[in-house]
Amino acid sequence: MQEVISVSSPSIQSRTIADQVAVRTGRVANLNRQPRLFDGAIRTFLFLCAFLSVMTTIGITAVLLKDAVRFFTDTLWLETNKALTQTITADQTIFTTTKTGREDFVVGNKIRFGSGSSNEVAEIVGLTISEDSFTFEVLRGVDGTTAIEHTQDTELYMATAATITAFLTGVKWSPEVGNFGILPLIKSTLTTTLIAMLIAVPLGLGTAIYLSEYASRKTRLRLKPILEILAGIPTVVYGYFALTLMTPLLQAIFGEAVQVYNQLSAGIVVGILIIPTVSSISEDAINAVPNALREASYGLGATRLETVFKVLLPAALSGISAAIILGVSRAFGETMIVLLAAGAGPSWEAGLFDGAETMAGHIARISTGDISYGSIQYTSVYAIGLTLFLMTLLLNFVSSSITRRFREIY
Amino acid sequence: MSEQAIPQPTTGEIVETISDADFKQQLRKRQRRGKVGETFFLLSNLFGLLMIIILVGHVLNNTFGLVVISNVVDPHTLADRPLEELSKDELISILLTQQPKRIPVIIRDRYSHVEDTLFTKVPLSEAIAGANIPEAYQEMLITDLSREQQAEVLAANVDQGQMLDLLTDNVIKPTVVQSWQLIPSIFDRASIEQEFAEKYPEDELVFRSWLSLDFITSSISSSATTAGLLTALLGTFWIIGITGTIAIVLGVGAAIYLEEYAQGNPLERLIEINIRNLAAIPSVIYGMLGLSVFVLSLEPLFSGRWLGYTDTNGRTVLAAAATLALLILPNLIVTSQEAIRAVPRTIREASYGLGATQWQTISRQVLPAALPSILTGVILSVARALGETAPLLVVGASTFIGVNPSSPFSKFTVVPVQIYQWTSRPELEFRNVAAAAIIVLLGVMIILNLTAIITRNRFSQRL
Repeated sequence: MQEVISVSSPSIQSRTIADQVAVRTGRVANLNRQPRLFDGAIRTFLFLCAFLSVMTTIGITAVLLKDAVRFFTDTLWLETNKALTQTITADQTIFTTTKTGREDFVVGNKIRFGSGSSNEVAEIVGLTISEDSFTFEVLRGVDGTTAIEHTQDTELYMATAATITAFLTGVKWSPEVGNFGILPLIKSTLTTTLIAMLIAVPLGLGTAIYLSEYASRKTRLRLKPILEILAGIPTVVYGYFALTLMTPLLQAIFGEAVQVYNQLSAGIVVGILIIPTVSSISEDAINAVPNALREASYGLGATRLETVFKVLLPAALSGISAAIILGVSRAFGETMIVLLAAGAGPSWEAGLFDGAETMAGHIARISTGDISYGSIQYTSVYAIGLTLFLMTLLLNFVSSSITRRFREIY
Repeated sequence: MSEQAIPQPTTGEIVETISDADFKQQLRKRQRRGKVGETFFLLSNLFGLLMIIILVGHVLNNTFGLVVISNVVDPHTLADRPLEELSKDELISILLTQQPKRIPVIIRDRYSHVEDTLFTKVPLSEAIAGANIPEAYQEMLITDLSREQQAEVLAANVDQGQMLDLLTDNVIKPTVVQSWQLIPSIFDRASIEQEFAEKYPEDELVFRSWLSLDFITSSISSSATTAGLLTALLGTFWIIGITGTIAIVLGVGAAIYLEEYAQGNPLERLIEINIRNLAAIPSVIYGMLGLSVFVLSLEPLFSGRWLGYTDTNGRTVLAAAATLALLILPNLIVTSQEAIRAVPRTIREASYGLGATQWQTISRQVLPAALPSILTGVILSVARALGETAPLLVVGASTFIGVNPSSPFSKFTVVPVQIYQWTSRPELEFRNVAAAAIIVLLGVMIILNLTAIITRNRFSQRL
């Protein structure tokens, strides 16, 4: 039998809820606002989890900047293959060396006697080149080193450092010997990406158009998993495929000109890799175009193809551009396919059928070798990393601003 | 008032006329073009399917095939009966005659519990603790024993089958000298057999599956015949385990904060922007972050020095797992956010109405409701981490390690890195080994993806 409390009874109305609860259950409930430390701690912990993303971005930027800056400021001492032709005393400022070896000394260069990092450094103030020898006039003991006597046959080392100009305009990349030009790496990254987009954009768009305009619901349900599978295959497997099937295939088609490592093979396979990316974002964009436009186009008598090309694609252009730019960004950062299929050296002169390393591939390859922390090779990798990071960041920014600015409001 | 610019309907001015026949012809042309377009679009879809079939088929093609096996020592010259019929002692005596110097090495490789440099300096009871050591030799050094005595120690610990394997590996040393792909092995067998007869008159031609139990359970070696995936597989499982744990905690935590506690202030918007940006950064860059921060700057922490591990550097399982966790975190946060967002407000409101605190609501109502979708997202993210190679190369996956990872502070290699290394070897037989490894990797990924799909389908409730 239910207990009924008459609400009209004044004694009930004057009781607080806590009292009512106490009466019913026999327990006293404290309904005041209680400080819950546990909740506060949880909230802080969760906030830190979220804040980690900001820390990661800061971390990446700091890490890349730190060592990239070192790349541009560290002095690199190059072997010159020049040796003193006589013993010189500690205060001698003019001496001769052999004519062999490097000849690109200029006034103002620093040279070092011997390979030790604390050996004496001298600054060139005058230079005479004769038929069979070099004559240097130097300031002895600069940069905090002390002038000492040097024996005959002491090797000279030349100071050099990477400059931003050399970095951005040089066409040879071998930092250990003083070639600091990143252009070969950028060029092959762009080549691979271009080939990839030539494959991915038509096929990706075609896939997207078919899935959104032509396919029945059942067909779409069956075809979509294919794209997801393609997207899920690890890139190293694509790399294996590029090296062991695509390259022989290209060699069979194009003959002897195709090298074992070549950019074309890598580019094509990267294209296959990013078809799902381009396709899924484009499909979302095309689906987002309101039906009214489609119906209007059909109402005017257009065929489906004409509707697609003259109405839908222009309407979905912002989304499709975003898809393409994201595909480009992905192709820029692609490492394993390039590493396996495009070869092991940066090369400015490489053609489509030759091998050339991209930025990402170079970073990965150098990292697998023996590099000592702080060496020019180590810092050069970070300089490339910084460039790659900035390029993808820029692409990402362009992509999101296109999406925001040109999104049609229907 | 009549000059008001009231738009008048424009009269339909006829600009040009076209005859019925011409119109029909143009229509047909346009329709034909439409059909061509449709075919192209359909083919684009099928291109993807074709690529998958070709890719998997090509890998399978390289996983099985005929091989030529060449033995360094012909087993028939070792005894007058087939080796399988010999007793353990007879096999041991063959080993003694053929490769006596290998016996202490075998003992060390199989049973040593101390560092290699100490192995010859400590008594057997310590050096091979846990193995079956004859009483008389317990306190002697391995170098004190004669070859026969060392053989005795070995014989005390293996059975006939293992002895036969040891004999095969150390004396007979079968090596693959040439391999063929599956399709030629099936369809072109005659010409292969002819080539075999001409070039390798003394060797055997057998059909080999490069994917075998041996493959999965052996460690890395420098020969394609004996190469195995075990070290890499264990490395993968160790790393994925730690990565998954870290990523779940941090990722779901971040998603909960952003969905439940966030108030839309600029800091939180910054966090959201950051997450979108991080998802687009190439994986190599994450590798560089891991190298610089985890391996180098935080080396004492990540090398296990603080726990007393010596002989390690920062390139450990833990550093790799942390790097991968950061890599998959952005995507995981986004999918978890969507899962949490899908839980209807009514559930939360009801919970608050009953007097629950925010955390009680989240932990007892929202999270359980969103859990299947979150789990699906986690499994898919982990599946993606499984296949990542580039960041691990940068963080420092070992090129050749013989010991299996045994702690978070061990050196590591993972299956994709191993595939990469085998594929880059010039010897063609390593292509087969790499193909077998790819099958294993794809197999694990298929299992993970199927688990994710099953989780999504069976445990998702209609909220």
